[in-house]
Amino acid sequence: MRAKGSSKLQTPNFRATPDPKPLMEGSRFWKLKLFHCFAGVAAGLALLALPLAAHGVERFPPPEFDPGYKMPATTVPAARAELLSYVDVAVLVAALALASYLALMKRSRDGLLALSVFSLLYFGFYQKGCVCAIGSVQDAALAVFNSGYVVPLTTLAFFLLPLVFAAFFGRTFCAAVCPMGAIQDLALLKPVKTPSWLDSALGVLPFVYLGAGILFAATGSAFIICEYDPFVALFRRSGSYGMIALGAAFLIVGIFIGRPYCRFLCPYGALLGLVSRFAKWNVTLSPMDCLHCQICDTACPYGAIADPMLKDPHPNPHRRTRRLIALAALLPLLVVLGGWFGGRLSVPFSRMHATVSLAEQIAAEDAGKPGEPTDASKAFRQTGRPVEELYAEALRVRGGFAIGSRWFGAFVGLVIGATLISVSAPRKQSVYDPDPADCVSCGRCYIHCPKEIVRVKRIAGKNVIPLTPVRGG
Amino acid sequence: MLNGAMRGAFLFLLGAATTVLFRRSQAKRTVWQLDPYKCVQCNRCATECVLKPSAVKCVQVYPMCGYCKLCTGYFEPEPVSLDTGAENQLCPTGAIKRRALEDPYYEYTIDEPRCIGCAKCVKGCVLFGNGSFFLQVRHDRCVNCDECAIAIACPAQAFQRVPADKPYLMKDREHQA
Ligand code: SF4
Ligand code: SF4
Ligand code: SF4
Ligand code: SF4
Ligand code: SF4
Repeated sequence: MRAKGSSKLQTPNFRATPDPKPLMEGSRFWKLKLFHCFAGVAAGLALLALPLAAHGVERFPPPEFDPGYKMPATTVPAARAELLSYVDVAVLVAALALASYLALMKRSRDGLLALSVFSLLYFGFYQKGCVCAIGSVQDAALAVFNSGYVVPLTTLAFFLLPLVFAAFFGRTFCAAVCPMGAIQDLALLKPVKTPSWLDSALGVLPFVYLGAGILFAATGSAFIICEYDPFVALFRRSGSYGMIALGAAFLIVGIFIGRPYCRFLCPYGALLGLVSRFAKWNVTLSPMDCLHCQICDTACPYGAIADPMLKDPHPNPHRRTRRLIALAALLPLLVVLGGWFGGRLSVPFSRMHATVSLAEQIAAEDAGKPGEPTDASKAFRQTGRPVEELYAEALRVRGGFAIGSRWFGAFVGLVIGATLISVSAPRKQSVYDPDPADCVSCGRCYIHCPKEIVRVKRIAGKNVIPLTPVRGG
Repeated sequence: MLNGAMRGAFLFLLGAATTVLFRRSQAKRTVWQLDPYKCVQCNRCATECVLKPSAVKCVQVYPMCGYCKLCTGYFEPEPVSLDTGAENQLCPTGAIKRRALEDPYYEYTIDEPRCIGCAKCVKGCVLFGNGSFFLQVRHDRCVNCDECAIAIACPAQAFQRVPADKPYLMKDREHQA
């Protein structure tokens, strides 16, 4: 990608000689001004001592050019065409539709795998992982809380479409459209099961991350979900060493633990999981005639197969009921406690906002606190803006944080309480089947479930022996 | 059925959110740009951009340039000699082309593919010259991140979103005087 035209100049009217030989003849071409650059620079250096405006002043009037001199123009390459971003949305819709078809109707693991590779290449490496649905949560939050913010239409589409699809087909976006999911799915070579209590405990994190992402986006502080996107450095094949190391770490962990980012961090996955619970269709195995062979449970690397709990872990139903009542009473307490704690954190949180941290720095400097002025405080001083204005703005931002942090804390309390209740609640299921919230519709269980294998063979018109226990030997 | 009701409620909520958000997305598409009058040449444009080298590059606005022989954006503060020797140049990548015109005038042009946006030349030009060198996000490179990584780090808060059909914030002579 070269800038066009800036280094190829058309200069028909005077000879350009290569440096260092200065031009000695041809003064006719120039109406020489008396002003000599050298003298000017000396004067400029003398002026140095005075504090000067940061953007400079015209110290050396430009020469009056011969009419024949063609002054080069500064090139202004246009921004990426709008049309291309609509292509992205079209590809997204097509991929979502195809993923839903492959996961729910065709029930094809191979098809999903192929689509994953495509999505990884297109949304990941080609689009460099941006725009993505995961980060779009923040755009949506910022737009809701800040009427001055304009969400690009494509970003809006990336936020909404996977959610709409999830309301009907479950997490088919995660199955084969999300490039981050795809890269982790492909990295999973030697799956190791994590204990389900750990899954439940870590399952709180995506909601905390979601809440924090919304808090910092809505206050206009930062897009933390984008800043700490572990794979974007990989997709762009450039980035800070820290981010590249983080991406590599996730991939290495992901060889053994299925989709660590998806399951234990992804804030959009948390939303999709919530919606997916109420989806019209989901990945299901064979609810009518489950053999309880538990092969699907072993096959699912994401701990998504819901154990029907044939053996109740709470042999004493009275104790469980008492436990549930206690937890239900605890829930509002956790919410209030979370809100209180969030309020306590609002001041440190607010330092994420550039205006607040700058105001604190300026105030500390003015109070004579030791320490070097930062680049930001120097830049602020150069603008000559009154500090009162800055302080007022910082206070306004803090006010937003005072409210937002309480909501955030309360939300975290709610999530913890709800998780505690859900792990203690009895399950009514009697068969092994994917849990709609955790299942990412990867299709691995399809190729393992014996009933499913028989079904597929039957459809293909092959001879199958009915699955009945064979005795003897 | 509970599921159906919840799904209906969710879709209703999503519809409401869409209406709100859609209204906020009617305006023109925007891209990132930095305001050269705010920039303090801190070097973060070179280091923070998600692209390596940065999508931010130096530009030269010729009508503002003094065509100085001793360009303080081109030469080290105390150059050994006023020639194109690398030891005399401020630019770490030698991205500025110096071309002699009529004595004592020289034309300076940025060779953009080589520029890394470090702002060393900008600083020199702004401090002692006319300030015709300055940084801009170059949109043939910028991938228009959702949240520009430099915008987060910029100490001068010089980054903002601008309409995509007017994607540059150029300096001009009138502004300068
Ligand atoms: S959980 Fe998040 S990262 Fe994983 S596939 Fe789904 S949206 Fe992508
Ligand atoms: S499709 Fe099957 S294997 Fe894949 S996540 Fe869902 S339950 Fe697990
Ligand atoms: S980060 Fe800001 S202050 Fe630093 S060089 Fe870039 S625009 Fe200038
Ligand atoms: S000094 Fe830095 S900003 Fe200026 S041309 Fe060289 S690389 Fe670009
Ligand atoms: S939007 Fe992204 S690519 Fe463009 S200048 Fe900022 S960080 Fe670099």
